[in-house]
Amino acid sequence: MAHSAVITGIGIVTAMGVGIEANWRALTDGSAPVVDTERFAPYPVHPAPEIDWSEQIPKRGDQRQMEAWQRLGTYAAGLALDDAGIKGDEALTGTMDMIVAAAGGERDAAVDTMILAEAAGGRADTGVLINEKLTTELRPTLFLAQLSNLLAGNISIVHKVTGSSRTFMGEEGAAMSAVQTAVARIRAGQSTHALVGAAFNAEHADMLLGYEMNRHLARGSWTPVAERASGEGGGLVAGSGGVFLVIEEAGHAAMRGAKIHASIDPVSVDAGAEDGMPARLERLAEETGIDDADMIVSANSGALARNAAEADFVAARWPETPVRTVANKTGHVREAQFPLAIAVAALSIAKGRPVAPLEDAEKPASDAPSTIGVIALGHQVAEAMVRISKPETAR
Amino acid sequence: MSALTDRAGRPLIAITGAGIVSPLGRGKTDNWAALTAGRSGIHRIERFPTDHLRTTIAGTVDFMTAPEDGSAALTYALAEAAALEALEEAGFSDNFGGPLFVAAPPVELEWHQRLGLDAEGAALGEGEAGYDRILAAARATAHPQHSGNVYFGSTALRLKEKTGARGLPVTLSTACASGATAIQLGAEAIRRGEADRVLSVGTDGSVTAEALIRFSLLSALSTQNDVPEQASKPFSKDRDGFVMAEGAGAFVMETLESARARGATILGILEGCGEKADDFHRTRSKPDGSPAIAAVNAALADAGVTPSDVGYINAHGTSTPENDKMECLSLTEVFGEGLGGVPISSNKSMIGHTLTAAGAIEAVFSLMTIRTGTLPPTINHANPDPALVLDCVPNEKRDAAVTRVLSNSFGFGGQNTCLVIAAEPA
Repeated sequence: MAHSAVITGIGIVTAMGVGIEANWRALTDGSAPVVDTERFAPYPVHPAPEIDWSEQIPKRGDQRQMEAWQRLGTYAAGLALDDAGIKGDEALTGTMDMIVAAAGGERDAAVDTMILAEAAGGRADTGVLINEKLTTELRPTLFLAQLSNLLAGNISIVHKVTGSSRTFMGEEGAAMSAVQTAVARIRAGQSTHALVGAAFNAEHADMLLGYEMNRHLARGSWTPVAERASGEGGGLVAGSGGVFLVIEEAGHAAMRGAKIHASIDPVSVDAGAEDGMPARLERLAEETGIDDADMIVSANSGALARNAAEADFVAARWPETPVRTVANKTGHVREAQFPLAIAVAALSIAKGRPVAPLEDAEKPASDAPSTIGVIALGHQVAEAMVRISKPETAR
Repeated sequence: MSALTDRAGRPLIAITGAGIVSPLGRGKTDNWAALTAGRSGIHRIERFPTDHLRTTIAGTVDFMTAPEDGSAALTYALAEAAALEALEEAGFSDNFGGPLFVAAPPVELEWHQRLGLDAEGAALGEGEAGYDRILAAARATAHPQHSGNVYFGSTALRLKEKTGARGLPVTLSTACASGATAIQLGAEAIRRGEADRVLSVGTDGSVTAEALIRFSLLSALSTQNDVPEQASKPFSKDRDGFVMAEGAGAFVMETLESARARGATILGILEGCGEKADDFHRTRSKPDGSPAIAAVNAALADAGVTPSDVGYINAHGTSTPENDKMECLSLTEVFGEGLGGVPISSNKSMIGHTLTAAGAIEAVFSLMTIRTGTLPPTINHANPDPALVLDCVPNEKRDAAVTRVLSNSFGFGGQNTCLVIAAEPA
């Protein structure tokens, strides 16, 4: 391949704060995570920080048209475009490719509760009841705040990113494929610059419910990821946030004088039956060549079974390498978790500083990393790895 | 023997398998017979009560799964049927080995599941009806049987197991352009040299009361319920919205080189794909049509052809006032007045709007148009819109030798994707 890919823009909104600097500070200062254990008890969640939406979504009308996940994503996308120096440059946004990883948006819990209450009260014709309530009670444009591809649609409208617009679905795997596809297209000359990312709103009962269908959520007081197996519940603490990356062809970035955070090598992804996972992880490690990494950044969700599988693999393959599990600070931001781990790795490279230990079980590190391996296992399915490095050590 | 690469030196992409399910039936043979006979698949909804609904008609597929199985099960069954038909035609068994791209509708718990969970919570002695009680029920017992309605990647992961596709399948949504995007992603993977063959599927079995109400609240649906089969009337003056429908379409695509090497029948060539996002509005197109125009031009450029090389256009043609006007305006810009005489017809006049599946289903019909030399009609064309100057192959099919088709897909959220499909080069 004649082309290589670099990260020139990062937009992050998590419980740690808004923007690169606030998030980087929280990753290096040993501070306690921000957790709300009351609002959705017994489930702790990492809430979104306070945000002045108008900084990235100037029109009130646009803000009103979005539900929380879309606002988080559109805001983070704006931060990434600003960071890359692309925002407002219509020649660049008009040719920019976009891949968003998304699920669906929040439902109207009040309307749902109305229906559930009448049905529980003994009304037998539930089909008619549903029609009656939904036709009269739903906000007409709510659908547009729920549709999977409308985060991308809002980014097009607010930030004028219109080269192309694709939305991948399927939880963590959606983002793995999104970053993989963006990098592969750039390396093959099919694209010069791409906006890739996701957002998730953990602060909604219906969003928690998805995880709890298979009892993945941790309960009670918050504990670090490595200690959750001994706690109550399934180990996953959900977090709100949005993360977007600007990934660019190296020559394209150089030509416009863009600053480069880090290089990103081809992403390897896979999925399959549980018993084949160790072999798949070995293959991904070989393909991405991350054995030389100075640090591993993990996008692990905390969900017990897959967390244990990842921990076993990492301890066996990279026993000496420091590992940083971002979920300790942000919770699991689902589709945004893999882009988040990549962003954290890229910042560590760019800042020339390791990420501080994020829980007691993590080894200290002192040297500036030149290569970081990112590992991601979805909470139920899908695995990915990628090598993030200083541009001079990219492959 | 013709070249194996295009002008840009990229591998030519052969279509070697195609599969389809629509309201008209299962499989290409039945579908093509019905489509070219001008038969409508739109009917009164029987799956759920229609009291209080402004629209009571749809193109539901009622012959695949039982109504109580729900939309996730139907969406999968449709995808599997189309995929297996395509794989069988291409000569691949259950060990396909290439990557899989699936355009699938968003999922969520269905109402019978929410009601059931709330009742479980009540039986546990939990307080009032609502999400707290539902969450209590979920905490008490795992509900893996609901996974298909929780995980957006479920359909693709099941289909990967069934077909032996490799790796992590891509599930995608670009709204009503999704099916075309699945084909585009597959074509790009082949061009990057990542795979010799790919399976691209678009599927949608999501006609539920809530989905219908959501589109209804956006005033997107036809309310011409009296004669269901006449409600979808693209390019007619009295068109008033689309008719929701279900179905699936699938392509097996591979490099022309590998298809010839293994002696596969070449059904056609996927020559080009083009896309452009619209930044104007969440449901309306930019008034000058520039994004749709750019998508059409990008597809033609990607295929290395000019408008005069196109013999037929498979319209997006939803039968909404907005789409048909904007599609005609955009195509007029590219093809000239009267679209330069290029015939254009809308499959949706018969099958309705299969949403996530539409781009894939219409790509299959585009391929069949080339292979049979028959243009499917736009039915229900009794009252032409005088503002739309085009040859929409009104009401009756037409024989015409066609070697290249442009297939359009436009969707909410500013999605515009076009495909160029051609006959095998001589």
